[in-house]
Amino acid sequence: MARMKFLCDAERCIECNGCVTACKNENEVPWGVNRRRVVTINDGIVGAEKSISVACMHCSDAPCMAVCPVDCFYRTDEGVVLHDKDLCIGCGYCFYACPFGAPQFPQAGAFGLRGKMDKCTFCAGGPEKDLSQEEFSKYGSNRLAQGKLPACAEMCSTKALLGGDGDVIADIYRQRVLKRGKGSEVWGWGTAYGKPDQKAAPAGAKS
Amino acid sequence: MTARNFVFAGAALLLALGLGACGEREQVIVYKQGKYQGKPDTKPWENDSAANPYPGSRWSKGDKTSWESAVRTRNLAQNEYTRAE
Repeated sequence: MARMKFLCDAERCIECNGCVTACKNENEVPWGVNRRRVVTINDGIVGAEKSISVACMHCSDAPCMAVCPVDCFYRTDEGVVLHDKDLCIGCGYCFYACPFGAPQFPQAGAFGLRGKMDKCTFCAGGPEKDLSQEEFSKYGSNRLAQGKLPACAEMCSTKALLGGDGDVIADIYRQRVLKRGKGSEVWGWGTAYGKPDQKAAPAGAKS
Repeated sequence: MTARNFVFAGAALLLALGLGACGEREQVIVYKQGKYQGKPDTKPWENDSAANPYPGSRWSKGDKTSWESAVRTRNLAQNEYTRAE
């Protein structure tokens, strides 16, 4: 079994926020918590606007796991990074460590009390009994236990967001790039940090 | 014990304390056999798909390969090029 991964195709994402809505609906995520969100750069600039859907990337060597003082994280056989809310103390250390800002903290009460961490589970629930009410109330839906893939990816209207076995979605993406002849440049070092011979960003570009 | 020995002992102690922070510990959590880093959790393929009124896929309970096959089929459905053919 390869590892479960998400891949978002910036050439296809239309910033509809359908994935965000699907996630909130499927997992009944409380107000103030967004397990998934759509990030747009160069908003409104024709030809330069790109959107990407971001959530927990289920890192192979997850920094949140490394820094957690109470060791509440674990990784499943499918490569999904999950956590135990009974162990979590809501310290927020994982939030500092995560490069994607995936960990979320529900706020309740007059003084904004920080609750236990909540994040994307790849629709794989948590340590409680699979498909139980306890699991759903703490972690949301467990679609992997039903032979399904995450709701966000499965309902994406343009199939910009792919989720599942890393090898399979990489093949789908590769075929897509070959058919349309572009798109692979949205990934990699050169795109993230620029190339030495690359021209400056378009005038008026903003993030 | 002479004063010189005291100095040597003090220096050795300071050196040990000073180098104490230089050690590098393993920061990646080690997999514990049979459990996910010590947390119990059911594997997805140990669920009975026949008991689910709205199953996404069908697989034999406890059979990892058949669950993987079912999820892979579902996964490939995300490729609209093959769906359109």
